[in-house]
Amino acid sequence: MNEPATAIEAAVAASPLHQLKDELDIVIPTIRNLDFLEMWRPFLQPYHLIIVQDGDPSKTIKVPNGFDYELYNRNDINRILGPKASCISFKDSACRCFGYMVSKKKYIFTIDDDCFVGKDPSGKAINALEQHIKNLLSPSTPFFFNTLYDPFAEGADFVRGYPFSLREGVSTAVSHGLWLNIPDYDAPTQLVKPLERNTRFVDAVLTIPKGTLFPMCGMNLAFDRQLIGPAMYFGLMGDGQPIGRYDDVWAGWCIKVICDHLGLGVKTGLPYIYHSKASNPFVNLRKEYKGIYWQEDIIPFFQQVVLPKDCTTVQKCYIELAKQVKEKLGKIDPYFDKLADAMVTWIQAWDGLNPTSASFSNGKIG
Amino acid sequence: MRTPPCLLSLTLDSAVHNLSNITDLSPLPDHILIELFLRTLRTGKLTERVLKLFIATGKDEVFSLIQALNIQVTVTPVLPTSKLMSLSIKDDEIDIVIGALRPDLTSFMNEWRTIFSRFHLIIVKDPDLKEELKIPEGFNLDVYKKPDIDRVVGTSTSTIFSGYSCRYFGYLVSRKKYIISVDDDCYPAKDNKGILVDAVAQHITNLTTPATPFFFNTLYDPFTEGADFVRGYPFSLRSGVQCALSCGLWLNLADYDAPTQALKPEERNSRYVDAVLTVPARTLMPISGINIAFNREVIGPALLPSLRLGGEGKFRWETMEDIWSGMCVKVVCDHLGLGVKTGMPYVWRNDRGDAISSLRKEWEGVKLMEEVVPFFQSVRLSREATTTEDCVAEVANVVKEQLGSKDPMFARAAKAMVDWVKLWKSVGSSTSSPGA
Repeated sequence: MNEPATAIEAAVAASPLHQLKDELDIVIPTIRNLDFLEMWRPFLQPYHLIIVQDGDPSKTIKVPNGFDYELYNRNDINRILGPKASCISFKDSACRCFGYMVSKKKYIFTIDDDCFVGKDPSGKAINALEQHIKNLLSPSTPFFFNTLYDPFAEGADFVRGYPFSLREGVSTAVSHGLWLNIPDYDAPTQLVKPLERNTRFVDAVLTIPKGTLFPMCGMNLAFDRQLIGPAMYFGLMGDGQPIGRYDDVWAGWCIKVICDHLGLGVKTGLPYIYHSKASNPFVNLRKEYKGIYWQEDIIPFFQQVVLPKDCTTVQKCYIELAKQVKEKLGKIDPYFDKLADAMVTWIQAWDGLNPTSASFSNGKIG
Repeated sequence: MRTPPCLLSLTLDSAVHNLSNITDLSPLPDHILIELFLRTLRTGKLTERVLKLFIATGKDEVFSLIQALNIQVTVTPVLPTSKLMSLSIKDDEIDIVIGALRPDLTSFMNEWRTIFSRFHLIIVKDPDLKEELKIPEGFNLDVYKKPDIDRVVGTSTSTIFSGYSCRYFGYLVSRKKYIISVDDDCYPAKDNKGILVDAVAQHITNLTTPATPFFFNTLYDPFTEGADFVRGYPFSLRSGVQCALSCGLWLNLADYDAPTQALKPEERNSRYVDAVLTVPARTLMPISGINIAFNREVIGPALLPSLRLGGEGKFRWETMEDIWSGMCVKVVCDHLGLGVKTGMPYVWRNDRGDAISSLRKEWEGVKLMEEVVPFFQSVRLSREATTTEDCVAEVANVVKEQLGSKDPMFARAAKAMVDWVKLWKSVGSSTSSPGA
């Protein structure tokens, strides 16, 4: 468990059944190279990749042979979105959300280029995508907590006292995976515990209860684009922005509030990937610095957000959220004004590229 | 003039003083051996090693003395090098409360011996149980039976302690800060590495480290070894709140309701999830009484016997008392800003009973939850309720107003809650303080 799986171990663990092959895109932001895909080949090769190249567009990113992909660099983003490209971050992995926008599939799996295949306690290579698909295709249970975690997992069920009327669950919009080895700590924690590695394999998937917020990480994430896609905007980060490393966290707060409002589920837990690269904590501190202070105000804001009943689609919810961000967070820093505007631009860009999705239903079962 | 001690006496005194250097007593004449034995007893120096020395002489007089005085080799409890050593929790701050629904506790106690033996135990016998309890030696315990319960609370009140609710009597009479309670059909479990789980140590760890109900940590318990708060977790929420309740889980026979277990009669829980997590604020869950621990000083009165099913029986499938009590506790904890954790420790729950025959009885319990859950989700306590007793009284009031008319069972439960608060105030230790 303290090392990633080798390509051979992954090949052994791969099953011939590649579910949702034609319904799922894998979005990978990168600035370097995609060598890590070699390790993932047995699990991911049948799927289509959307590569979002950050940084210098004149550089060529080499994609390993045999993968079917489309690649977008900054020039492509500018060309496709025109002035609306301002909402897509530059020099930050937040740019990945452009991939969500251009995808035509129902599901998205996104992974960082320093994430390798993990191993479970028995030494078997973990097929992260397969687990994400399981999570997305089975219901969530946000209204009442099941003490045996995911009741739809093999060998588990709802416990005594769980009302039968809540056992059908709701659609799962997001599957949030975890990481072995380098944990996703903020800079201060990294500085205090530079050697800490996550070696604890927690064999559980659970639904995050309604009304509870969580810090979402974009390293190992899958979601149903049709249910929640427009809310997966990763914000304004990186070049020219006062903040970084809060892209996925910001998106996580937004999607959770909207999922709670629309009656959709968010799961966390399995699958694990093996996170190999620790970023520089001093660089991270500089990026996160403002975020660490701002989140003290941002969290209460999200905890108190109330979306009106007539927000029945994700886009409407998101526009309303943007409005409230401007009203209530604008006074903390002008950044939030810009962010609120970018959120609206994002929705316009999304609707522009996905015209038939302009009015998604709220995804409730039945 | 006082007669000086004789030479023999002085020699015997010297022998007793030097017992640790003696390896063989057989050369001693019989009468001196016996005198030495008696003197050793009188000075309190009879250890297991010394006893073996005397027995090794093979002398009949020694044996008859041992038998006449009923001297037994006691089993020395094996004290585990548990985490409790590193926490500053004294053993005498903990009571282990066991509700005995079956008379023969021999194997139960023996299986738990290495973990339980250093603590004080309160064993409460189900007042409906007719047979005598069988409890092995070597424990520090108090046993309460129907006559004791009658004496403390009166014969009319003692009926509330029937069946699984008998353990609440133990909570009532305990004077300790922490209580740990497991069902009498549960044994210690083994973790993924095959090591025996010290459920007591884990519960105490859970109760003595902060809970984090206001924001979910994706790496679960941030206070455990090798984990921490993740990126995006607000710093102001990292000190957490006091944990009042620790809910453990079960391997083998999970706590399913009768319909579920009847549908999957072979299903056993073999998934050991290596995590403890805080149940978020305002999130409710079914709290099982099978493996539970709590801070009695902070939340004691909120664990109470009140909801009793019409057909309540002697199997967990036939009760809802703990689920109801658990909903009250969670609502009270949320209101007082206290934490509730769930996850480890696991216990091994033995197979017992037949789900299908319990199905008929527990059906009413299953239907009840349809009302109970939305009700508790809507309960809001007033600002004035700052103690656990006040909170329980308020919940009782709301139960009476909103649920009382729907089913007489709820009206009775509400009354039982009010009575319980009174009972707790008069009999229980009244050290309940407002939450952190």
